[in-house]
Amino acid sequence: MQQTEFLNVVLPFKDKLYRLAKRLLVSKEEAEDATQEILLKLWSKNKMMTGYNNVEAYAMMMTKNFCLDRLKSKQAGNLKLVHSNYKDENVSIQTQIEVSDSLSWIEKIMEELPEQQKMVLQLRDVEQYEFEEIADLLGMSATAVRVALSRARKTVREKLVQKHNYGIQ
Amino acid sequence: MEFNNIEKLLEKYFEATTTVAEEEMLRAYFTREDVPPHLKRHAPMFQYFSVAKEERFTKQVPLKPRKKSYIKWISIAAVSILIFGIYFGRSYQEQREAEYAYQETKKALSLLATNLGRGTEKVAYLREFEETKQKIYNRN
Repeated sequence: MQQTEFLNVVLPFKDKLYRLAKRLLVSKEEAEDATQEILLKLWSKNKMMTGYNNVEAYAMMMTKNFCLDRLKSKQAGNLKLVHSNYKDENVSIQTQIEVSDSLSWIEKIMEELPEQQKMVLQLRDVEQYEFEEIADLLGMSATAVRVALSRARKTVREKLVQKHNYGIQ
Repeated sequence: MEFNNIEKLLEKYFEATTTVAEEEMLRAYFTREDVPPHLKRHAPMFQYFSVAKEERFTKQVPLKPRKKSYIKWISIAAVSILIFGIYFGRSYQEQREAEYAYQETKKALSLLATNLGRGTEKVAYLREFEETKQKIYNRN
């Protein structure tokens, strides 16, 4: 496969890889590194790639595994440097505005979800994958995906309502 | 769109039994301005999903390394061919020199052999002369 041909195959879904990576790793830089790594891995395997009929699903699976490995090794090394892990004591005006913005609330709420629910919510509500595709990607049954998705959506709703109420008080 | 329909869809949405198309409808509904107040609390969620989908991977796709390794392999091949060439070329040269020396020695030896043959012929004459001389001596 030639370089341009490879790019034509990869470019339509590279943003999806990045968004999934960012959902899992939270930090923008790490997500970018992960995406580059995945694209490089794909490129090094590009002779085999014609054998896969669904390159996108394969790439998504690689991204998922890569990010989960990252998270695991980081926890083992006790070196977690993501935004949820430290608190900036002097809150700037910028962050104050961001916090008041309910869209960024949802991002924060999603950070707190368990990894599996995070991925399900990301794949379904952001990327609009079908249940079967998600089930294949995450190695779960379609029913389990449905349950996880329902839980994730309800959690987001509840937390959002809570934050709204605090805002009023 | 009527509230009833949307409320039903919302209920289905939280039970995760909506289809992708129905969720698309919900998203479209909640990104509009005129959402009724009692449904407004759900709006940020759907708006967020639409916004999140806009995020892009802006870095360059890095595909250089493969090309580099290609050149590396070519240079390795070239160097090894050169080394083998020199090695075998030299041993061939040596073989040719040895053969030349052998031929020369052979020529020299054969020259020596013919001259020696001529010498012994002459000595054979000499012996003939000696015999006749002896005969003459014996008669006298």
